[in-house]
Amino acid sequence: MSYLAHTADDRRRMLERLDVADVSDLFADVPESVRLGRPLRLPPGLSEAALVRRMASLAEANRGTDRLVCFLGGGATDRFIPALVREVVGRAEFLTAYTPYQAEISQGTLQAIWEFQSMMAELTGMDVAQASMYDGASAVAEAALLAASATGRSRVVALRSVDPQSRAVLRTYAAGRGLEVVEVGDRGDGRADLDALAAAVDDATCAVIVADPNFFGVIEAAPEVAEVAHRHGALCVAQVDPVALAVLTPPGEWGADVAVGEGQPLGIPLAYGGPYLGFFAVREALVRRLPGRLAGATYDARGERGFALTFQTREQHIRRERATSNICTNQALLALAASVYLASLGPQGLREAAERSLALAHAAARRIAALPGYRLANEAPFFDEFAVRAPVPAERVQATLLRHGLLGGSDLGEDYPERRGELLFAVTEARTEEEVDRLVAALEEAGA
Amino acid sequence: MKTIFEKSVPGRRAVWFEPAREAAPADAVPEGRRRRTPPRLPELAEVDILRHYVAMSQRNYSIASGPYPLGSCTMKYNPVVNEAVAALPGFASLHPRQPAATVQGALRLMVELEAALCEITGMDAFTLQPAAGAQGELTGMLIVRAYHRARGEGGQRTQVLVPDSAHGTNPATAAMAGFEVVAVPSDRRGNVDVAALRARASERTAGLMLTNPNTLGVFDDGIEEIAAIVHEAGGLVYYDGANLNPILGVARPGDMGFDLVHLNLHKTFSTPHGGGGPGAGPVGVKDFLRPYLPGPRPVRLAAREGQEEYGLEPPSESSIGRVRSFYGNFLVLVRAYAYILAQGGEGLRRVAEDAVLAANYLAHELGPDYPLAYDRRPMHEFVVSTAALKRETGVRALDLAKGMCDEGVHPPTVYFPLTVEEAMMVEPTETEAVENLDRLAAAFRRVAEIARTDPERLRTAPHRTPAARLDEARATRHPDLRYRPGLSLPERDPQAAPAGAAAPPA
Repeated sequence: MSYLAHTADDRRRMLERLDVADVSDLFADVPESVRLGRPLRLPPGLSEAALVRRMASLAEANRGTDRLVCFLGGGATDRFIPALVREVVGRAEFLTAYTPYQAEISQGTLQAIWEFQSMMAELTGMDVAQASMYDGASAVAEAALLAASATGRSRVVALRSVDPQSRAVLRTYAAGRGLEVVEVGDRGDGRADLDALAAAVDDATCAVIVADPNFFGVIEAAPEVAEVAHRHGALCVAQVDPVALAVLTPPGEWGADVAVGEGQPLGIPLAYGGPYLGFFAVREALVRRLPGRLAGATYDARGERGFALTFQTREQHIRRERATSNICTNQALLALAASVYLASLGPQGLREAAERSLALAHAAARRIAALPGYRLANEAPFFDEFAVRAPVPAERVQATLLRHGLLGGSDLGEDYPERRGELLFAVTEARTEEEVDRLVAALEEAGA
Repeated sequence: MKTIFEKSVPGRRAVWFEPAREAAPADAVPEGRRRRTPPRLPELAEVDILRHYVAMSQRNYSIASGPYPLGSCTMKYNPVVNEAVAALPGFASLHPRQPAATVQGALRLMVELEAALCEITGMDAFTLQPAAGAQGELTGMLIVRAYHRARGEGGQRTQVLVPDSAHGTNPATAAMAGFEVVAVPSDRRGNVDVAALRARASERTAGLMLTNPNTLGVFDDGIEEIAAIVHEAGGLVYYDGANLNPILGVARPGDMGFDLVHLNLHKTFSTPHGGGGPGAGPVGVKDFLRPYLPGPRPVRLAAREGQEEYGLEPPSESSIGRVRSFYGNFLVLVRAYAYILAQGGEGLRRVAEDAVLAANYLAHELGPDYPLAYDRRPMHEFVVSTAALKRETGVRALDLAKGMCDEGVHPPTVYFPLTVEEAMMVEPTETEAVENLDRLAAAFRRVAEIARTDPERLRTAPHRTPAARLDEARATRHPDLRYRPGLSLPERDPQAAPAGAAAPPA
């Protein structure tokens, strides 16, 4: 199908107006030697009906969480998404607008960003949140860059219990800026080894990165980690789960200087990994070092409150090679989704979602640990994800679950060789007691 | 209008959840780690949340409202069928950690998209991981760095050449990748100044970042010589795909001497911009750079029992590492693939032709107040300078742009590229019918006329928009970046004249 508007007659009239004989004359500056000179080897275009058939057949070759019950976590969480979220995000006025550089005709987007900033600052207990990053992983990496420029130091200490993909992206970004990344393990129970941490952090350290809950689902000794960081004048960067923050003390209260995280749990579909949403919040003193966009309230010429992008001198389109980051396009529409999600749930709904997750996950963990041959991998408090040691290899457990229509148990050994065979499960508020029963029964069968 | 916080009433609510039948143990959350003060999120009835967002959406201009000729942004029509296919549960509900056997369609889609992008650009392999153009640039520059390191020249090749007309992301990216940025001036025709490039290319050159057509909207016909100069110096040539739209099916970066490219799928292959994102910025490379790509990458495995099978290939030892979690902005990839399938090879070439035709036509229709900054045939976009009009009337490009908002269309990009005085950068795209182009041209001509007859009206424009001109300086001087009860700005400025006093001129 074609999304073009011109008829043959339109094209002819436009060319006449330009006094040009053929459209190919408009390409005269493209040297003959670099022209393709043949049609692209791509199949002929499809009608809308044929396109939908083709895409539907690709979609049907997948079996997603609409057909399987999801107990997978590890950086992407299957949570309930209220219908209102898609309703609002699908509105063409939000969907098809550009970055709000012309503030007077972009007030909808700008106010939505400002409200998102407000909600994320509230949730994290930080002073200021910006308008979004690509994902939780790049937010961690950019937080390290911020810490390096704020402290003038170049050593990053990350707990190994931080999401492995975030640490991988951190290493990639750190290599560019010439930062050294040091990793510190856990005590074997999933919680930070504070002695090892204290030994690793020194006066050249710009940031200590901690996840709460961490990749094993464990509620970290986060306040103690922040203390170690501050003792040496380093910033504490916290990667947090936004839904867990309904029941856990937020990073702003326990001493983090930068709070980042993956916003996908806030009303964003799993979508095979993206688009997701990175959030990024800081203490007041770090505002001018923030990467990315920031909306501020101001007045218009009529004296009415409005919103505009602000502190743009931090950004690449003004500051070029001295910008705080190269980020330009961000995840604005996903930030809108997160705002609608948080507004729909409100403080009570978010609390209910978190409490229900906590309760279902603990019930599941207790019952799994009671199965013959199974035990919990970590004797530490957790939120809604937990790791399990099974009596049989991980692949066998996963295959049995899949046969029963269940997705679950990613193998921690992929990223932590010493934890090979440990299976990570997530149980969110989207699950039911009946589904937990099915999980427990399937695990029992797999272990037999 | 009020913010959602100002509409909040304690106790109001919309979505709720049943409690679990069995409560969590009392000590599930350790003592001292339980949140005592709930976040002050808004509390509204569902209908009022819906109305709040609908009211906000009505204060936005969008492609669904009218033409959007923002230069360098490629604001083409976003086919609604793409939204429908991206929402299919078979795509939208996939967990990224699912076993490969359950996501064969998704993997196949990515493999086929990669093949299509290779054909379109003349590259040999792509990573689909980067989440946006700027992240693609970073990926590309880190590949450049890794390549030189592998050859033992990492310490020596510290400079990246960037034309002075380049997007801000180029120098910002080069700096993030640890390079020193060396600016290359443009010549009188808007091309890279070849002599200046020759003088700057050296054994310290890691690479050159270039858009072609460039940000002035002209095709740099010296491209082969430019690439040769950089290659002879031992550097790599990087293609910023921001302006791929007008050369689809016409010419390919891979045939112009570029070693690696990033694409802005959301621009050229039409994912709605969403008020600022998401996008996707895949990076394509020639074969010799393949080992440096981030991973894992979706691949076609050997066919099993006549059935194609797809999997994820881990990155090579030389990979620069991950740039994003999982596999990138998958649903943007879905839309791009749907767009390519819908257009087909011939359709993509038509896109290029109509995009260039539209820009040439519009440039022609703007009239004498909008002279081209470089007197050359533009490609898909063009840059005019309103410096003469400013000297005559005192009206700046910014004021003209604000005036265009009152004409009911979106203004072009202003003050970019930085090398052109009072720049306006105009990109109508291929999807606007000729009547819309005429409407845009009329709006341009009308504001030029107002600049002469009533310049004050433009200096205070816009007047008919949801908000009047915003005091951006105040936003910087008195940062108000979040809602704080009792502290945030009130809805009306207490210092301002009573409402209605500054009524818009008729």
